Amino acid sequence: MFPVIVGQIGLLLVVWFALQISAAVCVYCERKWAAYLQQRVGPTRVGYAGLLQPLADIVKLMFKENLRPKGADPFLFYLAPVISATACFAAFAVVPFGGETTLFGLLDAPMRLQVADVNVAVLVVFAIASMGIYGIVLAGWSSNSKYSLLGGLRASAQMISYELSYALSLVGVIILANSMSLADIVEKQSHVWYIVLQPLGFLIYLTAGIAETNRAPFDFPEAEQELVAGYHTEYSSMPFALFFLAEYVNMVTVSAVATSLFLGGWLLPGINTGGWGWMVFLAKVFVLLFLYIWIRWTLPRYRYDQLMAFGWKFLLPAAVINLLVTAAAVLYLGV
Amino acid sequence: MPDIRTETMTVNMGPQHPSTHGVLRLVLELDGEVIRSAVPTIGYLHTGIEKTAEQKKWQQVIPLVERMDYLSAQSNSMAYAMAVEKLLGLELPERVKNIRVLIAELQRINSHLVWLGTHGMEVGAVSVMLYCFRERELLLNLNEMLAGFRLFPSYMRIGGVREDLPRGFHEAVREFINRLEVKLGEYEDLLTKNEIYIKRTQTVGAITAENAITWGLVGPIARAAGVPYDVRKVFPYLGYETYDFTVPTRTEGDVYARYQIRVAEMRESIKLVRQALDRIPPIGIYAVADPRITPPPKDRVYTEMEALIQHFLIHSQGFTVPQGEAYVPVEGPRGEQGFTAISDGSNRPWRMKARSPSLLACQALESLIVGGQIADVIAVIGSIDVVMGDVDR
Repeated sequence: MFPVIVGQIGLLLVVWFALQISAAVCVYCERKWAAYLQQRVGPTRVGYAGLLQPLADIVKLMFKENLRPKGADPFLFYLAPVISATACFAAFAVVPFGGETTLFGLLDAPMRLQVADVNVAVLVVFAIASMGIYGIVLAGWSSNSKYSLLGGLRASAQMISYELSYALSLVGVIILANSMSLADIVEKQSHVWYIVLQPLGFLIYLTAGIAETNRAPFDFPEAEQELVAGYHTEYSSMPFALFFLAEYVNMVTVSAVATSLFLGGWLLPGINTGGWGWMVFLAKVFVLLFLYIWIRWTLPRYRYDQLMAFGWKFLLPAAVINLLVTAAAVLYLGV
Repeated sequence: MPDIRTETMTVNMGPQHPSTHGVLRLVLELDGEVIRSAVPTIGYLHTGIEKTAEQKKWQQVIPLVERMDYLSAQSNSMAYAMAVEKLLGLELPERVKNIRVLIAELQRINSHLVWLGTHGMEVGAVSVMLYCFRERELLLNLNEMLAGFRLFPSYMRIGGVREDLPRGFHEAVREFINRLEVKLGEYEDLLTKNEIYIKRTQTVGAITAENAITWGLVGPIARAAGVPYDVRKVFPYLGYETYDFTVPTRTEGDVYARYQIRVAEMRESIKLVRQALDRIPPIGIYAVADPRITPPPKDRVYTEMEALIQHFLIHSQGFTVPQGEAYVPVEGPRGEQGFTAISDGSNRPWRMKARSPSLLACQALESLIVGGQIADVIAVIGSIDVVMGDVDR
């Protein structure tokens, strides 16, 4: 049959396209769900029940004129959206979304449904996801526009206030699993999901994840009621589309990582999911995405100094306590 | 640490900004995100309505004034009509007074709903906006039922209203009010105890009672700061003294207090609407029986010579108003909304001047936002509820 490498290249392409499609699906779901939350019907015109709306959006964006403000740094101006989009795609590479499979006997050896099984996957996710913020900061700075600059500044202030607790919230999971590979972490959850053992860690991760993806109530860098459109005020056409894509793919990535770390990835306790593991995984990611959308359309926005206070004075101590308790429990109870 | 050169940044917020409520322009001097100074600039929506009114006959001014403060159209036209009626020395029949109370209170609810929706959206709770506009849509339907026009019904007439209430109006209003009472609770569920909302609004844009008086602030802003000034209580008109209602006040004077005041006012308005509905018989007189001012009913115009002449005179020449000057304030949704009408004895106003609460609120804006952050600016502009059409007349 085919060597594993063929399967892996195939998988790479599948993940790449699936992520892009997932962004389109997210846009559609967000618009539809938001509409139902607000007693509207949402998009209905393009395709059946508006299903082709994201496609129409993309086509529209492609045909828009690409404008660059006078005095903007051309290199950084176009680099920024690329960084944002690249970071969110790259971070997904280490997320496993299914068990080992031979693809119905097509491959000569079993292959894991994961683009790259890195043994420090958790660190990789962090390192790459944090890169994404550079895209926003650079976009704000290079646009030569005051509102964009404020958006960029807010993004950096926001990042330093949530990243620490974001990382600390996961250390508990790493201690429990005794591994930093996401695939190992998922497999350790075959009996009990870590959300049960780490409820506080999960909540902290979820909260910081909203800040990571720049979504309401922590969407300060774009805060359209205050900063017009924040860091992407001056962007149009495809560079804007890249930011848009990055936001939604980032949401998917954060949800996927949360699924692997806390919700048992492709596993269901007591049930052998077999070849359908990736469906289970998708369903869990979908639930988290719905949660994000629900939160966005319900809550008012924080003020960015309040997020900093919240991050440093509440999230960080909570994460540290969570970590200490977990470490003590593992040490004395030998969980 | 060596000295780093720092400078402040000047940002133009508006006139085209998503949250400046029309075309208010603010020149902000920013130190980071903190506001060091703010200069509100008005005049981008100058309509010249006050001047235009001098070219119109007394009756023709009504649709004009409705377009000044476009969120409280009928309060405006009511105040204007009452100023002219004072010059004419007309005493309104009881039923007309009650109809006007009903309409004014519905208008207050209408304006506050728009306010609550836009304010919710500006602090980031976008769904609140759509919920509020859903109920407001029903109110506009009531306006349509009443006068065939949704935003500016022009239903007021000098000496009364245009025609009798439509059939089924009582039931429609009652149905709406019952629905609104439930829905108000739902809006409050979303905001009143919401931790984020409280953090965003409490102590933000606060003003003391003393300063509120100094700046000449009226209406919900002043009442949120503890000034219990309400024209309906202090200088009762249209028989408000016979209605059972309270004027909610708070002492904090911040954005949150203004929110609480407006929600409480909507509940009071619901009470007032109920009382007014009980007092208005379904059929009856809807204007003063003064042949100089009130046109005769259509069936008489078609059958009687005198009525036709009277109709023709009122609609071509209008009516003259005795020489003099009158100022009548009413409590509009934004506070004391008053009109001065000066007559030289002809059939057109010699001068018509509006006292607009929005203009004074704009004046105080700077003192409310300096020292706050950009996010606060948006919350404060929303909370003082300015209507730019009313600021630049």
